[in-house]
Amino acid sequence: MIRLEEVTKTYRGANEAALRSVSLDIQRGEFVFLVGTSGSGKSSMLRMMLREERPDQGNVLVLGENLSRLPARRVPQFRRKLGVVFQDFRLLPNKTVYQNIAFALKVIGKPKAFIETAVPDVLRLVGLDHKSDSLPSALSGGEQQRVAIARAVVNRPDVLLADEPTGNLDPASSTEIMNLLERINLAGTTIVMATHDRNIVDRMQKRVVEISNGEIVRDAETASYKEIPSGPTPIIPEPKDFEEKP
Amino acid sequence: MKLGFILSEMWAGIRGNFSMIVSIILVTFVSLSFVSVAALLQLQVGNMKNYWYDRAQIAIYLCSDFSPEEQCPAGAASDGQVKAVGDQLESAALSPHIEAFYFENQQDAFDRFLAESEDLSAVQYLLPEQLNEAYWVNLVNPEKTDLIVEAFSNQPGVAEVRDQRGYLDQIINFLNISSLAVAGVAAIMLASAALLTTTTIRLSAFSRRREISIMRLVGASSWSIQLPFILEGVLAALIGGALAISAVGFGTSYFVTDLLATQLAFTSFVGIEDVWSIAPLVVGVGVLIAAFAATVSTFRHIRV
Ligand SMILES: Nc1ncnc2c1ncn2[C@@H]1O[C@H](COP(=O)(O)OP(=O)(O)OP(=O)(O)O)[C@@H](O)[C@H]1O
Ligand SMILES: [Mg+2]
Repeated sequence: MIRLEEVTKTYRGANEAALRSVSLDIQRGEFVFLVGTSGSGKSSMLRMMLREERPDQGNVLVLGENLSRLPARRVPQFRRKLGVVFQDFRLLPNKTVYQNIAFALKVIGKPKAFIETAVPDVLRLVGLDHKSDSLPSALSGGEQQRVAIARAVVNRPDVLLADEPTGNLDPASSTEIMNLLERINLAGTTIVMATHDRNIVDRMQKRVVEISNGEIVRDAETASYKEIPSGPTPIIPEPKDFEEKP
Repeated sequence: MKLGFILSEMWAGIRGNFSMIVSIILVTFVSLSFVSVAALLQLQVGNMKNYWYDRAQIAIYLCSDFSPEEQCPAGAASDGQVKAVGDQLESAALSPHIEAFYFENQQDAFDRFLAESEDLSAVQYLLPEQLNEAYWVNLVNPEKTDLIVEAFSNQPGVAEVRDQRGYLDQIINFLNISSLAVAGVAAIMLASAALLTTTTIRLSAFSRRREISIMRLVGASSWSIQLPFILEGVLAALIGGALAISAVGFGTSYFVTDLLATQLAFTSFVGIEDVWSIAPLVVGVGVLIAAFAATVSTFRHIRV
């Protein structure tokens, strides 16, 4: 489903590589956490999978496409098969909840009839059908993130990429978001989520990929953060700044 | 991507950027007006050439007893010299270029002079002997006067070769230079229209960067992201072009057809039908420039 082969990336103007020979294989239906200190390269990995960036070396294969070779004109089609959510929600402030989600379908040319059934459906899924006419500013952070998730999954993507989706949320809202993501994952969507939140990683008991300084230093199935990894991956000290969010 | 959606995005862009759109319309209006005037001046030049070149003739004046010494040191042209000029006009070298020619003797010239003169008092002391005999020549291609001038200027018995077109050329030169000057202003105005469109569309895209980034994220095609902005620029250019054509059309029918043409009846003038004929070209130039500027200025927003 997602495969990184020896991916190396140095940003222009940076003197150190953001990713160093990263290899990773994610199967259909998996739920994978990317953890690591700030600046370790989590977002960079997600941007590779989204083809926001391209590797200097190595291959990125997502949903059967080799993204290093995917021509720019086919990138839009590719992105329709992915959903993405961010820490800052990225909702349009002048559009209602309904319009925000419908916008994502309109711009890829979905027919009106499809939009009129898909948007209410996905709003029910995230539990916000009663807020469909509210503006984002009238919603709590957790609700806004649920709208963003609804927008990301309304087109039924095979893969959902989430970059610190709970980063701006209180613990209760974070729990709601994680429950929602788990439901989406159980319905068959592969989820890759970058996070700082140690509690969430501990509680969810999913596969954890830890990155440090652009390298994968741990890749453990159903791990909590504290677990000592088995196998050949090196044991590294706990990062000091892996703090809980307030 | 639905047309309705593209159009609604375009309206959103125009609403959020209204005064800038008005400024594109105005600068396009002014620059395309200059383009139209330059084009009309060129058409007028063509008009006058068509009208006059067909009528313009070359006169080969032959020496008379009254011809000045420096032109005709040997006095009046002899019958042989007159015939030699006629023979040469019929020769294989020249005749393919000559549509028609005729010989005008002194009496013919005198009669024509009387017919053309409005003030007969000026004619009363004139005698036929004072006028030159002449060959009047019409060329197949009126531009090739040099051929005749070179062939006969130094011929014995020829006083002077005069190209009537010479009078016209001064006017045409003047019109050509004016049209060049107007075209120069038009080019500068068009360049500023293009730059203003670029800046405006860039601002418009910037004010909608949130929408654009989401469109890119969910996989909207590049053209569906760019098209609303291109249409925004094109619509402004179309309005500016329509204004320019209306203004120039009004000016042409009012000043040229109603005023100039009635007072100066000696030539034909451009008219409203010429304005219509250049309209597609003028508006097309405006639209192309706007579309190009908008495409360039939104390019970095669609880079994936
Ligand atoms: N556009 C860019 N240009 C230059 N350097 C960049 C760019 N984006 C990221 N980097 C660098 O690459 C490294 C990895 O960044 P990345 O954003 O992937 O980290 P991260 O793990 O997501 O961090 P955080 O937890 O703070 O979000 C960092 O050193 C960062 O400074
Ligand atoms: Mg990050």
